[in-house]
Amino acid sequence: MRAFIRQLRPALILAVIFTLICGVGYPLLTTAIGQAGFNDKANGSLITRGGVVVASKLIGQSFVASQYFHPRPSAAGAGYDGSSSSGSNLGPTNPDLLKAVGERAKAYRTENGLAPDGLVPVDAVTASGSGLDPHISIANARLQASRVAKARGLTVDHVQTLIRAHTDGRGLSVLGEPGVNVVELNLALDQLNP
Amino acid sequence: MSWQATIQALILVALLVITVGPLGRYMAAVYGVRQDASAPGDRVFGPIERLIYRVCRIDSKREQRWNVYALALLAFSLVSILILYALQRLQGNLPFNPTDRAAVTPWGAWNVAVSFVTNTNWQWYSGEVAMSHLTQMIGLTVQNFVSAAAGMAVIVAIIRGIARSNTRNLGNFWVDLTRTVVRILLPLSLVFAVVLISQGVIQNVKGYTVAVSIDSTTGVADQAIPGGQVASQEAIKQLGTNGGGFFNTNSAHPFENPNGISDMLELYAILLIPFAFVVAFGKLVGDKRQARVLIAVMAALLTVFAGFAMFAEQGGNSKLAGLGVDQSISTTQSGGNMEGKELRLGAAACGLWAGATTGTSNGAVNCMHDSFTPLGGASPMLHMMLGEISPGGAGVGLMGVLQYALLAVFIAGLMVGRTPEYLGKKIQAAEMKLVTLFILAMPIAVLAFAAASILLKSAANYQPGPHGLSEVLYNYASVANNNGSAFAHQDTSTRWYTVTQGIAMLIGRFFLIIPALAVGGSLAGKPKVPATSGTFPTHTPLFAVLVAGVIMIVAGLTFFPALVLGPILEHLSL
Repeated sequence: MRAFIRQLRPALILAVIFTLICGVGYPLLTTAIGQAGFNDKANGSLITRGGVVVASKLIGQSFVASQYFHPRPSAAGAGYDGSSSSGSNLGPTNPDLLKAVGERAKAYRTENGLAPDGLVPVDAVTASGSGLDPHISIANARLQASRVAKARGLTVDHVQTLIRAHTDGRGLSVLGEPGVNVVELNLALDQLNP
Repeated sequence: MSWQATIQALILVALLVITVGPLGRYMAAVYGVRQDASAPGDRVFGPIERLIYRVCRIDSKREQRWNVYALALLAFSLVSILILYALQRLQGNLPFNPTDRAAVTPWGAWNVAVSFVTNTNWQWYSGEVAMSHLTQMIGLTVQNFVSAAAGMAVIVAIIRGIARSNTRNLGNFWVDLTRTVVRILLPLSLVFAVVLISQGVIQNVKGYTVAVSIDSTTGVADQAIPGGQVASQEAIKQLGTNGGGFFNTNSAHPFENPNGISDMLELYAILLIPFAFVVAFGKLVGDKRQARVLIAVMAALLTVFAGFAMFAEQGGNSKLAGLGVDQSISTTQSGGNMEGKELRLGAAACGLWAGATTGTSNGAVNCMHDSFTPLGGASPMLHMMLGEISPGGAGVGLMGVLQYALLAVFIAGLMVGRTPEYLGKKIQAAEMKLVTLFILAMPIAVLAFAAASILLKSAANYQPGPHGLSEVLYNYASVANNNGSAFAHQDTSTRWYTVTQGIAMLIGRFFLIIPALAVGGSLAGKPKVPATSGTFPTHTPLFAVLVAGVIMIVAGLTFFPALVLGPILEHLSL
């Protein structure tokens, strides 16, 4: 026991020293470098319109009106709540999951004028891991294009061109998967025709 | 799987193959492989270290026996737990709390304190909801460093026990701890954090930024965009195989893992130090061939488990196919089982990550494991149940695989009727008792607590069907192996789970480290026996197969019945 107590002194002092080095010095140095070198990214890749912050490029947002592309279902709070990221965490055979997916698929088909037995892209009916996924698949975006075009009085071709312009490719051509950034695409549509 | 997914896996392998060697040799030098005790970076780091030793009144030349080394570790862990507990309980009254977080509950704070000090980083809470920025910075980030460093220090002491003979000294815990933080973890983390910021991981001192919703018809007028010192925590979270996310959804959150490049880099960082440690081991014991055998065992198991999860998740959930959902791969979608997964990362990358995060003691996730297909979820679960040795946590992974190597030479020795030897040291009853203790502790913690949770009506907050058992099993396997990933649908914030999972984390940490240190101490006292024609060689492919076989058989015999009732039954119900 005395041998243990003798170790408590260096333990305590070292814990304080490491708190200063790793808990104050290191994060603040990183912040200084990040703020100086990558200011926009370090602050959350924010998008402003008319001086007002409207979104982050990286964080998805809820869209329900028919003139907007709709993001994936979200389990973050009431949907795309940036203060409480969350997946559904429902198991693959949970009846709640299967019921939700069935209902979303039905609604998606009605909304976008698909046949009652038409295939729905999986990302359109499943909640993402973070609940803040800013992307949808290209297949999903293309199926929504005619609805959006109609609501905005644009040609479908025009909307398809915008989809292509806001598709993020793979990093270095191989890393990750391509996807359409819903937030940026919808902002581009709004700029074209609010 | 798409060809891109295969290329991603190969890029990961290439990055590791190129860098593990140099880092391992650097680490060996830091831990004193050179005769004159010099190490690279002495001019920069030497003065810092000497200042630390002087302030703490540590005699850096004075070495410790295994039991003193263990006591130093225990003292440091106890002090760390108390500090982290106090910090959480007081955070509401402390400065730098821009998101206005109140004190964490007593049992919740106990669980988190144990969790981060044992390098588990199990999180019953949601990071952005429960923790203040101050707690994340001076509490959690600090433990990310020192809990990893403590594990790394211990394995260095054990390696010295193997390499030395006729001594009782294994080195000085305080020196090993300090050098690990100052010379290895801090420089790597700083570089890595800056690279992550360049990809979009945030690093600021703000609370929430309010964004005005673009679509005014959603009924939600604005969106809170989080701030925080995320990149600095993310870097050490991966490099130190910690795994505790700044945010609830960990590396699935776009601010922790914004794109395919950051995903690859974080995945690489998870595996880097565990593999490099084996190279350092080869250097420190003066026999590279021994290291190669262990790396082969680790890499083979990792490939099998990661590959299995990749295939299972890319294959999709057959229950959804019946609902008219398209899960196929095409040029316009990546497909697969996308519940709980991020589109920018895709299903296959999640499987790869699941393999890496459970083969190490990391536990960070880039997608939600609870929503995996039954077999896709069984893969990371069983992978943890192997004891996390493929390649295992920073330091502790090598410690685990060495125990299995000792068991393997013991079994081989029994078969040929000779006293088993490993690296010139006779393996006798004392060592085997300790190895057995280590091998039994984790499964007992997992199975006993999981069984009790199933029997307790008040603890029955898991999902319906066999998946519920999988959930309970996964979560205890995670804490008892100091992993920290979760089948997260289950609410583990209750008194029962916070208390018992805290106990399981302590068992998983100290019933591994203390017996392993005792083995090191015992081996240090023995003379080196020269190899003869009767010595069983431990640097051959045969030995690699034997070690891998022992690992699989021990885990299989222990956990197979439980796995049948959980994931396998669920799979058959598809």
